[in-house]
Amino acid sequence: MIADAPNVVLDARDIVKELGQGAGKVRALKGVSLQLNAGELTLLMGPSGSGKTTLLSILGCILTPTEGTLTIAQEPTAGLGPEGLAALRRRHIGFIFQSYNLFPTLTAEENVRLALDVRGERGSEATVCAQRALQQVGLRHKLKSYPANMSGGEQQRVAVARALAGSPSVMLADEPTAALDSENGVAVMQLLSEIAKDKSRAVLAVTHDPRTIPFANRILRIEDGLIVGEERRAEGVETVHELARNRKRKANA
Amino acid sequence: MTLTLAFRNLFHDRVRLAVTLVGILFSIVLVAVQLGLYLGARTMIISMIDRADGDLWIMAYGTKNFEEAQPISAREKYAALATPGVARAIPLVASFTDWRKPTGGSTLVVVIGAEYEDRGLAPWNVVEGDVSGLGARDAVMVDKTYLAELGLKGVGDTAQIGMSRVRVTGLTEGIRSFTVTPYIFTTLTRAKSLLDMPADNITYVLVKLQPGADPVAVRDMLKVKVPDSEVLTRAEFRERSLNHWLFATGAGVALIGGAILGLVVGTVIVAQTLYSSTKDHLNEFATLRALGSSSGYIHRVILAQAGLSAVLGYALGMAIALAIVYLSEHTALPILMTPALAALLLVLTIAMCAISAISAIGKVMRIDPAMVFNR
Repeated sequence: MIADAPNVVLDARDIVKELGQGAGKVRALKGVSLQLNAGELTLLMGPSGSGKTTLLSILGCILTPTEGTLTIAQEPTAGLGPEGLAALRRRHIGFIFQSYNLFPTLTAEENVRLALDVRGERGSEATVCAQRALQQVGLRHKLKSYPANMSGGEQQRVAVARALAGSPSVMLADEPTAALDSENGVAVMQLLSEIAKDKSRAVLAVTHDPRTIPFANRILRIEDGLIVGEERRAEGVETVHELARNRKRKANA
Repeated sequence: MTLTLAFRNLFHDRVRLAVTLVGILFSIVLVAVQLGLYLGARTMIISMIDRADGDLWIMAYGTKNFEEAQPISAREKYAALATPGVARAIPLVASFTDWRKPTGGSTLVVVIGAEYEDRGLAPWNVVEGDVSGLGARDAVMVDKTYLAELGLKGVGDTAQIGMSRVRVTGLTEGIRSFTVTPYIFTTLTRAKSLLDMPADNITYVLVKLQPGADPVAVRDMLKVKVPDSEVLTRAEFRERSLNHWLFATGAGVALIGGAILGLVVGTVIVAQTLYSSTKDHLNEFATLRALGSSSGYIHRVILAQAGLSAVLGYALGMAIALAIVYLSEHTALPILMTPALAALLLVLTIAMCAISAISAIGKVMRIDPAMVFNR
């Protein structure tokens, strides 16, 4: 049997990023090349200061590389200005942040609808879409709750729903479990691995949380601005789901 | 969602919202009072000119306004009547003099004399008595606003002008002068007598034109016929009076200056609070940017915040301004509020808030969206 060719949704080549100016100039990324495949959850791991967040910012079209090329869903980013990059983010990228970055004055449903509104999706269709996304993350009962009335895990799931609602080609998560306890961290990672099964979407999570490793299809290790290792975990996901089920059973008992 | 987000951002911090609204409210009330006083002053300055049934005014050279006119020859009336296009020529008298109160003391008044049958200039808004009553011996009419100022209680009271006794036979309401000097209406003959004016002198000839006659053409003809006097169209006389009282004396400039000051203060307060609100929500704006919102989308959120503040501040400010207008209604210096002024205030408020939003927009445009990763 011949395996399907991977569907590359993000292709970064020889990315270099220099930060600062003059004598304070620092080379945060020194020529990073990576591809994100649809249907995969990739972890980007590395010590503090290794360039994880800078790389995530570049892959998310928030920062532009000093050198190198980036293509997302077959759209090259070269030459795009801030508005062009914002449009590319709207079309293809969903973000999940370490601190959730929900709008405290909006309900869970409104937070998700806002992301759709930014994309020009409004009205009852947007409401249905937001509700569906929240249902997908198990928060159908929290539609009208404000972030202040939700646990950290619930807030992060709202953030996942917000990223999911726009059907992005790439989901980028920045330390998605860092602010969560063990149980909520597992729940969020389970959710991300489920989302990553979608054959039209790639998920990349920047993390240094070892609890996330079992959920990954692939792990990239970055050090000092360079990718220094790559590990494929073909059967990892199934094992992890079993692990999570066992943990849940244990908690219930 | 932009409106929802703007609304929630505004109401999230009630104290800041209160400060913003007080700023706008203060500004609106100040501007409304200043412009309302300006409008009220305008109306008072030109009320006699607008009420007089005439298209042209013949007066002494250099007359700056209705109240401060020098005498001219009564013969100018006949020169006017002999001019083609003139239907009527009505002599008028208006001059300052002293009013001796029945309660003692005196005050300055403007005596206006005209024969009411001439349909030139008669008291209006009569609330007690009748204009025809001016034909009675010593009869004068005054405005209710000035009763206390004139030492009067009402109709039937007597006072003295010069050496002559006058008796109040009627009252008007709302005929006030910009100089806060009461108008005393009486007949032409009695006015001349009260003012000690020679029989062949008057102050104005009010010229009513025949239908279809061109005021400018007739004015030019009259200028030749009455070379010792000045001839102005109604519009020219209005303009001259307004220029004198509002701009030559600086009164109007002070009122407009006050209004501008109100706008500047309001703009600064709103800009300051909007800027600090934006600064507090900077991370949310950075998140919006990271989610892919265009800068236009963020501008709309901030402008919606400014617009909501404007509408709320306007509603509160107008409520207070209208209360002040109501309280000033029966004073010597009434504040006017017209639909046009109310609309202008709304436009000014929205413009003020939109200008205030510029600094907040500038702050948001300098956001580094990468800050969303640094919390």
